[in-house]
Amino acid sequence: MATLTYDLHTVDVNDEGYLTDPHQWSLELAHEMAREMGIELTDTHIAVLNFLRERYLAEQPLTIRRIGKSGIVTIKEFYGLFPGGPLKVSSKIAGIPKPASCV
Amino acid sequence: MEATTLTQPTPAVAEKHLVKKVLIICARGTLEDVYAALVMANGALMEGMEAKMFFTFFGLDAIRKEKQDHLHTATVGNPAIPIPTMVGGLPGMEALASAMMRKEMDKLDIPPVSEFMEMIVAGGGEIYACKLAADMFKLEREDLIDDLVDIITVGDMYALAEGDGTQIIFI
Repeated sequence: MATLTYDLHTVDVNDEGYLTDPHQWSLELAHEMAREMGIELTDTHIAVLNFLRERYLAEQPLTIRRIGKSGIVTIKEFYGLFPGGPLKVSSKIAGIPKPASCV
Repeated sequence: MEATTLTQPTPAVAEKHLVKKVLIICARGTLEDVYAALVMANGALMEGMEAKMFFTFFGLDAIRKEKQDHLHTATVGNPAIPIPTMVGGLPGMEALASAMMRKEMDKLDIPPVSEFMEMIVAGGGEIYACKLAADMFKLEREDLIDDLVDIITVGDMYALAEGDGTQIIFI
């Protein structure tokens, strides 16, 4: 299994860089991962990450539409917060697997 | 005779040409064709690509305010639908089959056409209508969705596809 080392943390990841164990995640790690991707996490980013983790750990499917209906961000804001494929980018920073979603 | 040394050409390293933009042309107005276009456009945006949509001919129904959420699937002449052709032709069958499909899609979190287009626009996608088809069906700007960028010519449409890594998809 591959590992990735950010500033202070070393985590197990798959070949696309997604954490293989969501319990290795921490908020500090999220900040480090986001910085590496050129994103400075704000409170809104963190609220989205928490939402994603909650839903993932509750085994509920993740879609862009669900995030738009979360009450945390609109879909437009979501794209703005995590540029370059928001669901993929945010899931990676949230330490959960890449969502297998087509919508 | 002097031997000439031939230098072996260095094998080209296979370069990945990623898709950066999709231009999706939708000329059909059936439920499944319009959804195929929407899923692909939205999917491109989700992957961080650009997406432009161009609706023409019967595809215009997908961007007509009063029609877009009432699209039908064909129950006659559609061998994939498990309804005998004679039954499929009865009044109301098409509406019934379409309503059933919409219900199944909702379960999978697939939104109605109008909401799907709002999602695409929110993700930076752009929606255009074909001028020739709009003229032919006598449609005005106000008949079409507010999010429509413009009614454009075929030449303008090709201009949307400019740049490396663009794919044009026709439905």
